[in-house]
Amino acid sequence: MTAHLADPGVTMSNGRLLHAYLTEARYECIRLLRSPAFAGPFLGLPVLLYLLFGVLLFGDALSKDPQGELFIFMGFAIFGVMGPGMFGFGITVATEREKGLFALKRALPMPPGASLLSKLAMSMLFVAIIMVSMIVAMPLGHLKLAAGQLVALSVVCVLGSAPFAALGLFVGTWASAKAAPALVNLLYLPMIYLSGFLIRMPKTMEWIEKFSPGFHLHQLALRAIGAPNAGWQPWVHVAVLAAVTVVFTVLAVRRLARVG
Amino acid sequence: MTIDDNCLAELKGVTKRFGAVVALDGLDLEVRPGELLALLGPNGAGKTTAISLMIGLLQPERGTARLFGLPPLRVEARRRIGVMMQEVSPAADLRVREQIDLVASYYPDPARPEVVMEMAHLTPLARRFYGKLSNGQKRQVQFAMAVCGRPKLLFLDEPTVGLDVQARETMWATLRQLIDDGASIVLTTHYLEEAEALADRVVVLAKGRVLASGSVNEMRALVVRTRIRCVSALTAEQVGAWAGVGSVTRDGPRLEITATNAEAVVRQLLGADEDLQELEVRRAGLAEVFTELTQEDAK
Repeated sequence: MTAHLADPGVTMSNGRLLHAYLTEARYECIRLLRSPAFAGPFLGLPVLLYLLFGVLLFGDALSKDPQGELFIFMGFAIFGVMGPGMFGFGITVATEREKGLFALKRALPMPPGASLLSKLAMSMLFVAIIMVSMIVAMPLGHLKLAAGQLVALSVVCVLGSAPFAALGLFVGTWASAKAAPALVNLLYLPMIYLSGFLIRMPKTMEWIEKFSPGFHLHQLALRAIGAPNAGWQPWVHVAVLAAVTVVFTVLAVRRLARVG
Repeated sequence: MTIDDNCLAELKGVTKRFGAVVALDGLDLEVRPGELLALLGPNGAGKTTAISLMIGLLQPERGTARLFGLPPLRVEARRRIGVMMQEVSPAADLRVREQIDLVASYYPDPARPEVVMEMAHLTPLARRFYGKLSNGQKRQVQFAMAVCGRPKLLFLDEPTVGLDVQARETMWATLRQLIDDGASIVLTTHYLEEAEALADRVVVLAKGRVLASGSVNEMRALVVRTRIRCVSALTAEQVGAWAGVGSVTRDGPRLEITATNAEAVVRQLLGADEDLQELEVRRAGLAEVFTELTQEDAK
């Protein structure tokens, strides 16, 4: 007896397929909400640091320095974009691999990419929440941005989390659950300091910034609000961020398919 | 391309190595509709590797693997299977019902989580977090996850490890019901009584090759010995000299005899010792077959 691939029981209707992707995303979200110790720092740290440095400690000085205020605000916004993708993917993928969960899902008929897409959706949701918290906190400082600028900035930041998610995924497919946090930090911390968006690099070392995805996202974010920037064509930044996303995702997915 | 419901899963001339270790050595294996196939073998025999190849987790170096006539990586083929693996730990922070609901979402026409939980006796645990369950309860949840998609073919790798006697018998009854409902099952187990109680066909693997295959009765016939026990004053040397006696050992007042011609040996025992008591005659079980086959292979 043979059955055609279009037979019920073999093919998924579009509705069932969408349901599968949404169910995966829903449970990914539920799991993160049930781990506040994991999610809390990513969500809270950027706005808390902005309030500490941009308002409490240096608020008065920054009131006379609009460029400095913008630098601080944008710096902590980009800092907030990097964390959920790198740590969220890096640690959860490494842990789930070690527990055999990825292997089980590969053996089951999970729709292609559902697990990774749901994790990406969660890291983008986290970035959206971080952006909302930054925007809510902004009036406590002296920075003034129009609604259109804030929307454009948020869109760039949410989409801009993809390359950092790809980097986290790559680490997660190689590292053990124990090693993943340390390895992600090894990438994350130098990237923050060497991208020039939080601490200005000496002129002689500015060339290093160009190799960091953080620099290119920062430049795109500055362009989105019409702020002074390095003057590169925006497509260059988009191309670099897209290349990082594609290269590290392909490398990670190939490894997942080979070794789980 | 079409789904083939006659050959549910097949390995043809499959070789798989892990470094210098040959896990499967030109293995041929086929799963037929409506059967419960038990894969037996000592540790490292290649049972889990064989299953991993059939469900697409591993790729063969030589030979081919097919699932419903398709390459196992095709999602259309995997929509017809359910899988329960060893050493898999589903998300600890999801509740029992949520785990089943998530896996059910991958299938075109799954059973409702409530129905599956009822069948696997998990209803009272529906809201418990997976990470808070005992090892036996976790195996029951993994079983429920394997069957929730109403699969035509189930792969169960050591499904009853960690289950208490009652839970194991409940799972056996469920497996029989699934076979009656038309499903096929591939089972690996270290519990030979499990294979003896459930299997339509047994395949004994060692060093990545098939040592023997057939029904439980056919396997028993491979070992023609029968075990005889009795309380007797006869000495082991006396009985050991008789025709048809393989080995004799004494355990206190008892004699333990293995015989190739049980009827003749029993007649001789009763004739030689009028006071003989507590006579037991038992055919070789799967355990004896398994031990003999794997010991012979190891020589």
